[in-house]
Order: sequence, then structure tokens, then C-alpha cells
Amino acid sequence: MIAIEANLRKFMNIVRTEVIVLPSRVAVILFVLALLLLPVFTQDPYLLRILIFTSIFAIFAASWDLLSGYTGQVNFGHALFFGVSAYTAALLNVHLQWPPWATIPLGALVAVLAGLVVGIPCLRLKGTYLALTTLSFPIILLGLIFAFPTLTGGELGISGLARLTTSRVTDYYTVVSIMLVLSFIMWKITDSHTGIIFHAIREDELAVKAAGINTVRYKLLSFCLSGFFAGIAGGLYVHLMRIAGPSVLEVALSFQAVIWVVFGGIVTIYGPIAAVFILYPLMEFLRILPEIRLLLYAAIILLILLYMPEGLVPWIRDKIETICPRCKVRNIATRDVCRICDTSLE
Amino acid sequence: MVQDIVVNGLIHGSIYALLAIGFSLIFGVARIVNIAHTAFYMIAAYLIHFLFEKLGMNMVLSMFLAVVIVSVLGMIFYRVVINPIQEHHAAVLIATIALAMVFQEIILILFKGHLRGTPPLIPGFSTILGVKIINQQLLTFGVVLTVLASVWGLLMKTRLGLAIRTTAQDQEVANLMGMNTERVAMITMGLSVMLAAIAGATVVPLFVLEPFMWLSPLVMTMAIVVLGGLGSIKGSFIGAYILGFAEVLVVFLVPGGAFLKGSVALSIMIIVLLIRPEGLYGIAFEEER
Repeated sequence: MIAIEANLRKFMNIVRTEVIVLPSRVAVILFVLALLLLPVFTQDPYLLRILIFTSIFAIFAASWDLLSGYTGQVNFGHALFFGVSAYTAALLNVHLQWPPWATIPLGALVAVLAGLVVGIPCLRLKGTYLALTTLSFPIILLGLIFAFPTLTGGELGISGLARLTTSRVTDYYTVVSIMLVLSFIMWKITDSHTGIIFHAIREDELAVKAAGINTVRYKLLSFCLSGFFAGIAGGLYVHLMRIAGPSVLEVALSFQAVIWVVFGGIVTIYGPIAAVFILYPLMEFLRILPEIRLLLYAAIILLILLYMPEGLVPWIRDKIETICPRCKVRNIATRDVCRICDTSLE
Repeated sequence: MVQDIVVNGLIHGSIYALLAIGFSLIFGVARIVNIAHTAFYMIAAYLIHFLFEKLGMNMVLSMFLAVVIVSVLGMIFYRVVINPIQEHHAAVLIATIALAMVFQEIILILFKGHLRGTPPLIPGFSTILGVKIINQQLLTFGVVLTVLASVWGLLMKTRLGLAIRTTAQDQEVANLMGMNTERVAMITMGLSVMLAAIAGATVVPLFVLEPFMWLSPLVMTMAIVVLGGLGSIKGSFIGAYILGFAEVLVVFLVPGGAFLKGSVALSIMIIVLLIRPEGLYGIAFEEER
């Protein structure tokens, strides 16, 4: 009893000294709580559906950031991982009747393999060459899918998949909790030793090599990790749509990931997630103007980027928080002195 | 059959060459991966269709007008959108993707999704070596070669061409030598978009117009530019014919080849890159550290 009380006090202390003091951390906590509590207040199926797909694409966008943002291996064909996993899950489910909890992880594993298949030939390529080469992989696969319609369903795709769970609300909780957990894992990865090496590879690969680090291994690792997370998103997506069509491999989907990440703020993990939660529902909202929907969407992205080329979230974060010049700890912008070392923040 | 492959390969290769050289030029000078490149090509094609069919203008006049208008549009886009954010490569990339989407949607709103065709500039066909060739295809081929020759002349023989090549080689040093690199980049953008517009003008009578016609040439253009080596005009030219012929061969010889043409062309690109990571005639760019 006393131990619980002590732990609780310790927890409250951390909340008071480390979370409440920073608006960005408060925002994250509020966001998580709002997502988890939403079905208590409304069970509107349309709203839940939008949020389910938003969560799936949040995983997808964050996984692009993990690969391309952190290691700088710009991947223009990220839809490959999504699509490979989606088709694997669909084939396993429709032909072998395997349940979603088996097909989604297996799809993700196949996406990891796809990550190796793309990653190994791309090790020799850099920058724009790499970006434009990765672009071609999903298109090659798309051509094969159209050319062999008996197995893949061709243009119509594979339909008749099992539902993820039995009801909309449990779907929602499954997807949202998977999204939150995976996002947390990705954020932790980027914050770990491995993440620091990813950062370093982007900044100066030669220096990393000179420091005795096997950059090839880390680059392949980032391809595989990113493929895994994107694969989970693809598997979830296909079990919710209950059809795996060619749209999961389209160039547009790959570009969409890039748009989300750059709009939200590259190399942050939380930026892409925020961007998807802004842009995907916005896209749905714009359905009231079906004619000019995409036009408005593109115009909004252009305008935001003109004023915030670093992305939306880092821009906002810089406005509401300042970094202490001495101890590099973040402080709310209204403070005069640093909350840790009392240095003046002017 | 063989003659069909040769003729179609040459036509497709020529159009790809126009697109790829433009794409390669602006990448070389300003390091911009212009996703909207083929969207400009589509805009030019639709503009010609509009001027010719709706306003009843002379075909040649409408082609000329369209090329000029689209080039100016490209330069305005560079000035207003790309120049302010040029430091941020990712943002430039997204800006060009967004612009391509804007163009596609504007076309969808103005012309709806219908397929549209335009009559050829010179009707009829002639027979060469026993093959029927539509006159328009001959004209297209001639135009492409003329334009490419004049671009080569511009780059190699004029002061502007020298400035463009210098900026492509090293922007900072070019700036130190007193060149206004921003203006060079803007002019190159105009030139690059102009080549795309000319490609658009040559396909108007040959292909069917639709609002998504920019996507598949975009992928091919990128593949060609990578295959030939980024920033290399010669590489783009040769790469365009390699992939143009590969595409046509697959369509004619493989059953269900129409679906596989992109796959085969892109596989060729990947294989070449595995052997030569900098492309056929790639210039190894100074790595920015």
C-alpha cells in the first residue's frame, strides 16, 4: 500500500515537473486522452471511420519519417511496403482463411523482406538517384499485378476479406492503440543509440564510417524497420477496407507520405502524425466541395510551406517554447529564466 | 512489325528525350526535382486544344502561344514559389508535387474527365521503305530533332549557355564569378518548361488528352534521367531512346505487354544503376558536407 502510494507520488511529481511545464507535452497527453475517450461521447460511425484511417496513415507517414527523415535515404516508393503487406494479408486471408491477427504480422514481415530487396541494391545509390530508383519499385510491382490478374485480381483487386474485429468501436480501439504504441516505439527508436546513428548517417555518412560504424547495416536496418511499420499499416488498412486493390501501390500514395511528413515537420516522428491528423480529416471535410477538393488541399499545402518551410509542428513548437542556451532544456516561451539552471532566456 | 517498332520507338523516344532533357537541365542548374515537369507538358497540350478547338485559332499560332504562355508560367512559378524556399529541398519537392496536383485539378474542373483528341497538323501518310508512316509522326520527329539541336547550340555556343553550364557545375563559384545564379536558374526553369511544352505540342495530335496523362510520362522521365545520369544532357538523350524502344518492344512482343511496359523500362533502369550507380553518363556531383 505504502509502495503504491510512494510510486503514485513519484509519478505525480514527474507529471508536475516534467509534463505540465511544457505546452508540447501537455498537447501530446491531451491528444492521447482525447483519442482514447472519444467513443465514450460519440459513436458516430462516420467519425470513427475517419479517425481509424487517420491513425493507419499516421503510422504510415511516421514510418517514412523514420527511414527518409532520419537516415536521409529518401524513399519515393514507400507505398511498396504498404502495398506488399496489404496484398500478402489479403491473399493469406482470402485463400487460406487465416485470421487478421496472423495475416497482419505476416504481411509486415513480407514488407521487411521488401525493405531488404529494395535496400540492398539501393546501398550504392545516394540522394536523388536513390529517390528516383525507389519510386520505380511499386510501379514495377503494379505492372506485374495488372499482368497476372488471375492471382492478384488485376484492376479489381482481392475482395471479401475478414473484418478486423466485430464492431466499429473495437476496430477503433484496436487501430488507435496500435497507432499510439507503434508511434511511441518509433519515437523511442529515434531517441536511442540507433536513432543517433541514423541522424549521423544523414548528416555525414563518411564521418560515421570513419568512426568505425557499419553504416551499411544501419541503413538496411532503417529500411527494414520502416518497412515493418508501414507493413502493419498496410495490413490494418486492407482488413478495414476489406479489399486490396492497385490503389495501395500507387505513386500518389507514396507522394502522400512525403507530403504529410514534410508538412508536419521532417525528422520529428510526432510531426507527421500531427500532419496526418490535420490533413486527412481536412480532406474528408473538403468533401463538401467535391469539385475543388484536391485543388484546395494542394493550395493549402503550398501556402503553409511558403511560410513554414521547416514544417508546421516545428514552427509552432519554436513559437511556444525556447531552448535554454546553457543546458539545452526546453522551456515555455513565457518564462524569463530556465526552469533547470536559472540562466536568463533572453 | 519490325518497322512499326522502329517508328513507334523513335517517336516515343523523341518525346521522352524532350521531356527528360528539360527535367535534367533544371535539376543540374538548381537541384530541383520538378515533379510538375510533365504537368507543364499536359497544360501545354490542353492549352493548344483549347485555343484550337474553342477559340478557333490557327493550329501553328496556338502551339506557339501555348509554348510561350507555359514557359512564362514556369518562370513565375519559380520566382513566386520555389525561390523563397529553395534552401529547403524537401519543401521544394512538395511544392512541385502540390503544383502538379493543382494543374491536374484545374484541368479536371475546366475540361472534365473526358478524353479529347485534336486533328493532325498535316493529315495523311507517306510510305517509307514500305511502311506507312503518318505524316504527323514524321513532323514530330523532325520538330524534336530541330529543337534538340537548337538547345544543344544554345548550351554550347552562347553566353547564356555558358552561364547555365557553369551554374550547373558549381553554383557558388559561378556566383563568385559575377553571375546572377538566381536569374540563370529562372531562365533555365523557363527553358526546361518550354521543352516540356514543346513535347506537349508535339503529342497533341498523336495522343489522347486526359487529366491524368502527366503521371506515366513523369515516371518514365525520371527513369530516363536516372538511367542517363542526372544532369547529363547526352545521357538523357540516349536514355530516352533506350527506354522508348524498350517500352515499344514490350508492347509489341509480349502478350499483355501494355501493363508491363513501365515495369520492364524501370527494371532496365535498376539493372543499369546496379552496374553503374551514377547512370550511363552521370557527373559525380560534389557531395555537400
